[in-house]
Amino acid sequence: MNTVITAAVECRGIKKVFGSGSNEVQALRGIDMDVRQGELMMLVGPSGCGKTTLISVIAGVLDATYGECKVFDKSMQGMTNAERTRYRGENIGFVFQQFNLIPSLTLRENVAIPLLINGMNYDAAMPKAEEALERVGLRERAGDRPLLLSGGQQQRVAIARAIVHSPRLVVCDEPTSALDHVTGQHVVELLREVAAGDGRALIVVTHDSRIFQYADRISRMDDGSIQNVYGSYQEMVEAERNQQ
Amino acid sequence: MRRIALHMLIGETGKYLGIVAGVMFASLLIIQQLSMFSGILTQTYSGITSVHADIWVMDPKVKSIEDSKPMTDGELGRVRSVEGVAWAVALYKGSTSARLENGDTEGVSLYGIDDTTFAGGPSQMVEGKLSDLRISDAVVVDSMSAKDRLAHVNADGTRVPLKVGDTLELNDHRVKVVGLCQVGRGFQSQAVVYTTYNRALSIAPTQRKNLSYILATAQPGKTPEEVAAKIKRVTGLGAYSSQQFIDKTLHYFLTETSIVINFGMSVMVAFLIGTLIAGQTFYNFTMDNLRHFGALKAMGASDRTVLSMILLQAGLVGFVGFGIGTGLACLMGLAMQDSMMTFTLPWYVLAFTGMAVVGISGISALLSLRKVVKLEPGIVFRG
Repeated sequence: MNTVITAAVECRGIKKVFGSGSNEVQALRGIDMDVRQGELMMLVGPSGCGKTTLISVIAGVLDATYGECKVFDKSMQGMTNAERTRYRGENIGFVFQQFNLIPSLTLRENVAIPLLINGMNYDAAMPKAEEALERVGLRERAGDRPLLLSGGQQQRVAIARAIVHSPRLVVCDEPTSALDHVTGQHVVELLREVAAGDGRALIVVTHDSRIFQYADRISRMDDGSIQNVYGSYQEMVEAERNQQ
Repeated sequence: MRRIALHMLIGETGKYLGIVAGVMFASLLIIQQLSMFSGILTQTYSGITSVHADIWVMDPKVKSIEDSKPMTDGELGRVRSVEGVAWAVALYKGSTSARLENGDTEGVSLYGIDDTTFAGGPSQMVEGKLSDLRISDAVVVDSMSAKDRLAHVNADGTRVPLKVGDTLELNDHRVKVVGLCQVGRGFQSQAVVYTTYNRALSIAPTQRKNLSYILATAQPGKTPEEVAAKIKRVTGLGAYSSQQFIDKTLHYFLTETSIVINFGMSVMVAFLIGTLIAGQTFYNFTMDNLRHFGALKAMGASDRTVLSMILLQAGLVGFVGFGIGTGLACLMGLAMQDSMMTFTLPWYVLAFTGMAVVGISGISALLSLRKVVKLEPGIVFRG
């Protein structure tokens, strides 16, 4: 019997503790969270509330202390390190706050990295990388180095890199924090367009309220817990107004 | 990912050239110091290699070629009588002084070779014939000294090389240059002069015993080592094949002189400096890229993939740096060829330096690898 998976991400009772004894810090305090397929979920909240820790656990780059997180029905905690690395490479795309483009490589090579990691050969990967660059409007700059680009353009390259291997989940950490308002909006529109939908999902960690309107749902975090989940930005604004 | 690793390295031209320069400098430094050391060691036994002889017979107390202890001429007959000796001739080796035209004196290593066969003479003549030593008062001078130590110095300071037909004064004896030969520079860097055995005795200060060495050859079918052992047993003299005498001389210089300590320290310092420069530069490069390696791991690159990228980078840097360093060292060796400096670049110096560079690159890569393996991919989510 085929099982229909509707949740892209299911987290249950996720706890993350750093340090021990008197130095113990509870970064996540039992998180339950679902991200549906086809949606853009934003994790919002003040600095240090655990947003980045949560997406690190979801993406399998950080082990949870307790709890389980499934990505497309695969438990990240149930895999060996090597299996998790491989699964991550095949199914998850990343957009980092600091872009993390390698300055000595061309844009084409930077974007091709996930394909090369997944075993595609160099010559086959480059045209695919150019196609991804085309989707973010930078194909003509494919041979340039990242430092020749503006911050917004670099983030578009990072998006191309995140989607080039058609991952089912894209996680973005503060993708607009280094960008001006207009560029930030363009980047999120672009992310929405290329990474959400078609059985995929997009998780964006941000504290940039100017882009909240692009979310399908918003999870507000504080002190290692999810305080509320809102169906839209409007719902969050109204709920917070009512609380006041 | 191999091409990505190489492009990561080469793409940052300044850093890449810096690391290559570090390895190149390390290679050059190690090769240069080891070659000088090797050159000095070669000089210690050049008196043996300059002479064609299977077997060297000497006073049993002799420690090296430079340490000849004269024997009585009668020992030559005893050696000739040993079974297995095809022939044996006398060799005089001593030091005297040459008075130059401007009144200066130069120390000279004087070799007296067999009057009849000229056995024991230099193996390579540059000008003239060894047989011209039959001419009265004839000597053959090493070509390098003819250009510098024994050259005529004009009033304006220019040097006119000693040439065939010129005369020299050796220990108050006027001699005539009949040929120039090529020999390895001796340990004492003195000019080398060959003449016949009896003429050498007439030039050298008179002594009761004059026979420095006996040169012998083994009969066909017998090895020099066998015959040398027999000579030693029968005569009680020291007898060695050429290679054994080279080894004995080297052993003496390495164990009973300060040459190893003095030069060894210098080589060690060169090695340490080279290692630190190259290792630190490569380590810094990897550390600079740590965040990028973290991003690669986050995106699904396995530890093995990242490690192979770093090892490939280290290998390329080591290969290119070693290649350029070796090339420069060879050029340096060529430039020093006709100078007083000693520079010998045998295969084992290159092999040792190659291993050192592999070690340098390997250790710095391993240090970086440790960091990369321990690196949490989550580092990339920290601003």
